[in-house]
Amino acid sequence: MAADADVLLDVDAVTLRFGGVTSLADVSIRQRRGELLAVIGPNGAGKTSLFNAITGVYHPQSGDIRFHPFGGKPVSLIGRKVHEVTKLGIARTFQNIRLFAALTVFENVKIGVEARQRTGPISAMLQLPRRRREEREGDQLAVELLEFVGLRDRANDLAASLPYGAQRRLEIARALGTRPQLLLLDEPAAGTNPVEKQELETLIRHINTEMGLSILLIEHDMRLVMSLAERVVVLNFGKVIAQGTPAEVQNDPAVIEAYLGTRAARAAEGGPS
Amino acid sequence: MCLTNHFWDYFVPGIANGFLYALIALGYTLVYGVLQLINFAHSEVFMSGGFGGLFVINWAIADRHPHGLSSVWFVLIGIIAGAVTGGVVAFVLERVAYRPLRRRHAPKLAFLISAIGMSYFLYNLAGKEFGRDARTMKPPFTVTPSKPLFTIFGASVNLYDAVIALSAIIMLVLLDRLVQNTRLGQGIRAVAQDADTAALMGVNIDRVISQTFVIGGLLGGAAGFLFGLGTAGVSYTMGFTPGLKAFTAAVLGGIGNIRGAMLGGLLLGVVENLASSCFGASWVDVVAFYILVLVLLVRPMGLLGERLGRSA
Amino acid sequence: MTRRDLRSVLMGVRARQLGTAVLGALVVDVMTGPSGSLTAPTRGLTGSLLSIRAVIFVALGVALWAFLTFRDRLATYTSRWTAAIAPSRLVADRRYRRAGYAALLAAAIAVPPYLSQYWQEVAVDQIGVYVLLALGLNVVVGFAGLLDLGYIAFYAIGAYSCAYWTGSLPIRPPHVFNPFVTIIFAVIAAMIAGVVLGFPTLRLRGDYLAIVTLGFGEIITIYANNLQSVTGGAQGPPKPIPHFSINLLGIHYQWKISNLPYYYLLLAFVVLILVLFHNLENSRVGRAWTAIREDEVAAAASGINTFRYKLLAFAIGASTSGFAGVLFASKIQVITPLSFVLQQSILVLVLVIFGGMGSLAGAVVGAAVIQWLPNALKTYVDKADLFMYLGAVLVVMMIYRPQGIIPSRRRSRELAMAEAGLVEADALTTASKEV
Ligand SMILES: Nc1ncnc2c1ncn2[C@@H]1O[C@H](COP(=O)(O)OP(=O)(O)OP(=O)(O)O)[C@@H](O)[C@H]1O
Ligand SMILES: [Mg+2]
Repeated sequence: MAADADVLLDVDAVTLRFGGVTSLADVSIRQRRGELLAVIGPNGAGKTSLFNAITGVYHPQSGDIRFHPFGGKPVSLIGRKVHEVTKLGIARTFQNIRLFAALTVFENVKIGVEARQRTGPISAMLQLPRRRREEREGDQLAVELLEFVGLRDRANDLAASLPYGAQRRLEIARALGTRPQLLLLDEPAAGTNPVEKQELETLIRHINTEMGLSILLIEHDMRLVMSLAERVVVLNFGKVIAQGTPAEVQNDPAVIEAYLGTRAARAAEGGPS
Repeated sequence: MCLTNHFWDYFVPGIANGFLYALIALGYTLVYGVLQLINFAHSEVFMSGGFGGLFVINWAIADRHPHGLSSVWFVLIGIIAGAVTGGVVAFVLERVAYRPLRRRHAPKLAFLISAIGMSYFLYNLAGKEFGRDARTMKPPFTVTPSKPLFTIFGASVNLYDAVIALSAIIMLVLLDRLVQNTRLGQGIRAVAQDADTAALMGVNIDRVISQTFVIGGLLGGAAGFLFGLGTAGVSYTMGFTPGLKAFTAAVLGGIGNIRGAMLGGLLLGVVENLASSCFGASWVDVVAFYILVLVLLVRPMGLLGERLGRSA
Repeated sequence: MTRRDLRSVLMGVRARQLGTAVLGALVVDVMTGPSGSLTAPTRGLTGSLLSIRAVIFVALGVALWAFLTFRDRLATYTSRWTAAIAPSRLVADRRYRRAGYAALLAAAIAVPPYLSQYWQEVAVDQIGVYVLLALGLNVVVGFAGLLDLGYIAFYAIGAYSCAYWTGSLPIRPPHVFNPFVTIIFAVIAAMIAGVVLGFPTLRLRGDYLAIVTLGFGEIITIYANNLQSVTGGAQGPPKPIPHFSINLLGIHYQWKISNLPYYYLLLAFVVLILVLFHNLENSRVGRAWTAIREDEVAAAASGINTFRYKLLAFAIGASTSGFAGVLFASKIQVITPLSFVLQQSILVLVLVIFGGMGSLAGAVVGAAVIQWLPNALKTYVDKADLFMYLGAVLVVMMIYRPQGIIPSRRRSRELAMAEAGLVEADALTTASKEV
């Protein structure tokens, strides 16, 4: 376990319930600064709920989530609004892509970039110098980010017109626009083809190593997880059942049990595996 | 001086008003339950019930002077006429202003706008067709309306208040049974809880929504007649203020919650009447607004909580 | 599906459309037909349905149906789709637009002196002021995707603020100002009222804003009527509100009761507001509103304080309305609570919806058309029926053309995509669904 000084995100005994369903039960996870940490687990294990608890979409009944921004004091994320969490330096993507479909690719990223800008209604209306400057800077950063995710030539197309894999990358670019320290990716490879998956792997690795962002990654594709993650946390029925290096986790009997169990159960139901 | 003197004198008529609000509020709450939309045209369903009841009862009474048992029949005829008119108008309303938008998955904003448009269309159409002056309703009783029937806590209860309260209670109980115990009610509750799942389980959403509008319309229309009975008149603008108050009542009780609407209606009727004893009658219509804002600030889910699915 | 099934489905659709056309024709027949009255409540209905009128209207309805059906054959179903997703249009298109606007502005400057007194007054009192109002409401409804049904209340607040600070009310202000100066006070007062009203409401669901503003619009006239010693009651302020005047740097000019000077003043303000709102729409703020409309959860995750932006839109709308109130009060000088009845809010809503929500040009043209038409038709149509027609306009627009006659491109794209479930196109649901 990391020394305290290195900790970026500290999920401390978080419990989240919806009526009778407990989607997170006493979950504790620590992520080091710069770490690429993967969260895996069968469907309904509580992975997305964890992201929603961190980003302020859901409000856990108990426990604490502390974020240690670079060069700042640690802050608790509990009770914060979604946009506040973003401003603190945590950005996310969504499992079922949520782009601004009727806006262009460029505008989508621009909205992310504008999270850190300050132009208000007055300076916007009067075209004050600050607005012009911020507009220019924002345009530039947005173009750079589109370049980075390989969507520069689609900048003026509508977001909805992009193929699936490109939409995933656009969502990542929008999240990066908010200049996060921690990036939460919820199944970024879901629904992408092998080529897109390969591109995505490279992209995530770049974000982690070149841009130096910490990444919390939810992913079902084990090959991707094994190749990217430094450490893996396994959730099942809202509980952390194992954590460690990919190799350790892969051979953990509890994990095998969880996956096999659900797979066996599904096979019995006749559903897809 | 206010609230102490004549407390019951203001309290008791407030109850009668409250029952009317409750009847109208149910229309808002039922529709909100299944569609999560404020039906701005519901006040015109109420108004049309007033006209329907008025025309039928005036025609039925003609030159007679009803008394005794025949009075009861006339009231019943009026309620039924009002309810049927309200039901028909609500049905048409759903078909014209809601269903085409639902087919298109229109944004909520579009529904609200078409509903408010329908409201203005309907009441001005009524003004055009039936004249813009208030019409008087022939009384189904020979006794003078304001004559006290009996007293509670020293406050006299007049015949009209009693008739309104009694009819409303019967209808409210019937509705409660309907929603709790019948297949129809089951459908409504299922759609209210989760329309998508209900559709998967074979509930015909279109039909349930239509039925919900009609049920709300029946109650609202009946309330329109009772309102006309109590004020001895009906006019094309009569829907607006009671509609706004009834919505407040629905929010106060917890929107989407049937028993909440009943409770909210009664409470609003009483509070409003008591407040008018303090501030004067010209401020009565302001009270509901402040209650609405206060509820939103303090307890936005209402007294009994939201959701039609959970019955109470 | 076999070809035969397809054909029977199509026949069914056609039959239903024909039915709609016939019923619609009958409704229009009743709307435009004779009126009933207190003593003859069925005269209107029989006079319009049981007369030769009905036949004519039905024939017109069928003809319209036939026309639309044949036109439908040309347009394939997919073309709408490609239009919705197609990349941005040619630049040349934009240049033509510019030229169109320049021509419109030139006409707006050059034509009014040649109009009759009557039409000049319409151009100021009914069109000019309401263009301003529509532009403000457009921020609320079009930009932010909210619904404000008591918009005219802020107009009242603006007008009464002007009356107060010019010393026309029974209560005296600490200092009496020129109406120009009162614009500042009026805008601030309206904005504060907007924030006070929006604050408790917008935290919850956006749809509650509609009903809370509806209630507010209603009670504002009750206040104006009842607070005799403050507002002057039902008769309005006891002293006439002064006209605008300039006494600065040797320039002395006073706007009089005549219409043209006020017309040009209003025109200048309208152009100014158009420029400001256009800048706003294409800024960080405008994009934030768009994001909120399309997907509130994603907007918040992108760092947008959704509540604050909704409140901002509402406050900007309110202050524009308050601003218009000052112009109105100073122009007509005598105001009563009757100038601010709730149905005026619905009128402004119709202007915005008809023109095209989210479209600045739409708000201007919508206001001009809808305010001009009743005056042009007033010998044929009873003025008392105006709101019947306006209500019908709202319903018909929502069913057949929710994007309005001059749609905003963003907005119409959104509405098309909302049909496919891709975006939401309004800001009325705060409660996040599945994330
Ligand atoms: N808003 C909600 N209301 C009620 N229950 C919820 C809600 N959100 C999540 N849950 C429940 O919490 C549990 C965990 O859901 P979650 O979406 O976090 O799973 P997941 O691990 O992301 O699954 P998947 O791999 O399918 O994405 C599930 O049982 C789900 O039904
Ligand atoms: Mg998930």
